[in-house]
Amino acid sequence: MKFLSFMRLGAVVSALAMAGMAQAQTVKIGFLSSYSGAAAAQGDQLDKGVKLYMKLNGDKLPPGVKVEVITRDDTGPNPDTAKRVAQELIVRDKVNFLTGFVWTPNMAAIAPLTTEAKVPFISMNAAGARIMNNAPYMARVSFTLWQSAYPLGQWAAKKYKKAYTAVSDFAPGHEAEEGFIKGFKEGGGEIVGSVRVPLANPDFVPFMQRIKDAKPDVIFGYNPAGKAASGMMKAYADLDLPKAGIKYIGTGDIVTDEELQGMGDVALGVTTVHHYSAASDRPSNKAFVAAYRKEYGEDHTPGFMAVGAWDAMDAIFYAIREQAGKVDPDKTMELLKKYKSTTSPRGAFSIDPETRDVINPEYLREVRKVNGKLANVEIETIGTAIKDPMKEADKKK
Amino acid sequence: MDSFFASLISVAFHGLAYGMILYVISVGLSITMGLMGFTNLAHGVFAMAGGYVLVTSLSKFNIPFPLALFLSFSLIALVSVVLEKLLYQRLYGAIELEQVLLTIGIIYIGVACARLTFGTLQQPVVLPEYLRGQFSLLGRDFPAYRVFIICFSSLIIGGLWFGVERTIWGAMVRASVDHGAMAQSIGINTKRLFTITFALGSGMAGLGGALGADIVAIQPTYPLEQLVFFLIVVSVGGLGSLKGPFVAALLIGVTDTACKYWIPELGSFFIYIATIALLLWRPAGLFGKRS
Repeated sequence: MKFLSFMRLGAVVSALAMAGMAQAQTVKIGFLSSYSGAAAAQGDQLDKGVKLYMKLNGDKLPPGVKVEVITRDDTGPNPDTAKRVAQELIVRDKVNFLTGFVWTPNMAAIAPLTTEAKVPFISMNAAGARIMNNAPYMARVSFTLWQSAYPLGQWAAKKYKKAYTAVSDFAPGHEAEEGFIKGFKEGGGEIVGSVRVPLANPDFVPFMQRIKDAKPDVIFGYNPAGKAASGMMKAYADLDLPKAGIKYIGTGDIVTDEELQGMGDVALGVTTVHHYSAASDRPSNKAFVAAYRKEYGEDHTPGFMAVGAWDAMDAIFYAIREQAGKVDPDKTMELLKKYKSTTSPRGAFSIDPETRDVINPEYLREVRKVNGKLANVEIETIGTAIKDPMKEADKKK
Repeated sequence: MDSFFASLISVAFHGLAYGMILYVISVGLSITMGLMGFTNLAHGVFAMAGGYVLVTSLSKFNIPFPLALFLSFSLIALVSVVLEKLLYQRLYGAIELEQVLLTIGIIYIGVACARLTFGTLQQPVVLPEYLRGQFSLLGRDFPAYRVFIICFSSLIIGGLWFGVERTIWGAMVRASVDHGAMAQSIGINTKRLFTITFALGSGMAGLGGALGADIVAIQPTYPLEQLVFFLIVVSVGGLGSLKGPFVAALLIGVTDTACKYWIPELGSFFIYIATIALLLWRPAGLFGKRS
C-alpha cells in the first residue's frame, strides 16, 4: 500500500513538473525517512505520522497556499544515501523545508548542506545532541538522549547502588551512556561496568550474560528502538535476569509503544524516562491515538517517532501560516525558535530559541498491564520543560 | 578462577547454541550451492518464510509446536518445488552472474511480500510452556529453549549427514553434480533428483528459520541481513562439503560469543576479520573440495 501511495506521489510530482506550473504559493517539503533496510519499521512510524497530519490538518493554510510533501527513502542509517537524496531535493525539487530522519548519522551528513543552501530542517527523530551547534538552519522537535538519561540516572541513584550500562554503539548510544552515568554518579551510585553493543547484532545473549555475571542491581539500556529493543528484552528474559534480582531501566526507546506487545510479560516493571507514551491519558494524546487507530487499524499503536513526525509537521505548518505561504529561510528559523505547542500528544513543549533544540516534558513510566495489554504508564512527571542537559553541561565547560 | 570457569561454560554453551542455529539455517544453502552448484542467494527468503509459518501457526492457529516445526519444513519445501520448476530450473548450469541476478531479485520480492503481509515489526514467538524458563545444570542456569536447539539440531545434522554421505540417494546426488551427463546415461533421473534435493535444501532453510525465530528475529529484511552470515558459514566451511559448514558455524558461533563476552569492543567486526584470515589461509574453505 505504501509503495502505491509513494508511486502516486511520484506521479503527482512529475505531472506538476511537466505542466511547468511552478506555483509561487506551493510550499514544498522534502521528507526523508527509512522505507527499506533494517530500519523500515521505524521509518514507517514517521511515514504514518506525516500522512495522518496531512490528512487531518493538510488544509489548515492561508487561502491559495498549498503544501506538497516529496517523500524520499534514505534506506536506513546510511549517511551517503541521505546526503545524496537531500541534495536532489534541494537542487532539483527546490524544497522549502527538509524534515524527517530516524537516524542521527544521516542528520549529521546533511547538516552542512542545510547551512550552505539555507534550507530549514526539522528533525522528527534523530537525536544526536551536538549536530545542530554549527548548523543554524536545523531545529528539532523529537528529543535528546540526555533529557531522559540524565534525570533517570539521578532517579536511579536513589533506588540502586550498582548499575551496568548497555547501549548501542553509535553517537546517541554514547550520549545516553554519558548522561546516565553522570546523573547516577552525582547521586552517589557506582557504575560496575559498561558495554557498547554493535548496531548490527542478532544475538544479545553474550552481552547480557556478561552483565548477569557482574551482578549489578540494575541495567541501564539504550538502543535505537525496533529490533534491538526486542532483542535486548528477549536476552534479558532468556537468561532470567529478573530472577537474579537485576532490574532493567532505560530511555523510552527500550520499550517503544509499538514493539511493547511483542515483548511479553517480562517487560512488566521495566522503568523508563521519556517524553511520550501512547498510554498517557492526556486529552491531546487520547485524541491522537484514536485518530491513529481509526486511520491505520485498532491493533496499531503510535510510538514516539510517529509523534515526532506529527509535531515536526505542525511546526512547519506554523511557519508557513505565519509567513502566509511566502517562506523565507531566515524568517522561518526565527519563527521556529518561538514555536510552542500546546496540542502535542506528548503535552506542551517548545523549541529553545538559543539552541534550536527541543524543550521537552519528561515522564517516569513503568510497564504495567492496562486492560490486559502492556503499556508504559506515566507514574510521575519529572519536569515539564527540560532543556537538553548535555548542552547545559557543555556551556559550563 | 571459579567464576572464570563458570563464564567459560556459559560462553561455550551460548556459542554452541548460536552456532547450531547458524548451521541449521545455512546447511540448506550448503546443499543448493555446494552440492547442486546453484548460487542461491535467496536462501534467506526460505528461512524467513519458515519463520513466518511457525509464528503464524503458533499464534493464529494454536498449532502445537512440533507440528508447527514440521509445517515450516514441509510447506517451504513444497513452495520451493513450484519455484524450482518455474524459475530455478531454467538456470541450472547457467553462469553464476545470472543465478545471482535471479536470486537477488527473489530476495527483494520476498522482502516486499513479507512487509505487505506481516508489516515491518518483528514477529514474537510464543514458545510452549515446556520450552520456556531455565534448565539447571552444574549449578548454572541455561535457557531451556537453547538446550532444546542444541539437541534437536544435533539430530537433524546427524540424519542429514548420514543421508548425503552414506545412502544411495546421497551418492546419486553427488554423482549428478560431478558429472551430470554420465549420471543420466546410467539411468539416474537427474531432473527429478535435483528437484527433490532443492526441496530438501529449502525445507531445511524453512526449518532453520523456524527453529531460530526466537533468536534471530523474523522480520521483512531478514533475507538481506542474514545473507552475510549464511555466506560466511558456507564459504568458510568450503563448498561441496557438509562437515565444513558445520565446523565453520560452530567456530563462528563460539568465537563470536566469546568475543562479545570478554572483549565487546571487538564484538562487531571480529567475525569478519576471522573470515578474511581463514579464507586467505585456505581459499577453498576449511574442508572445500573446490573453490
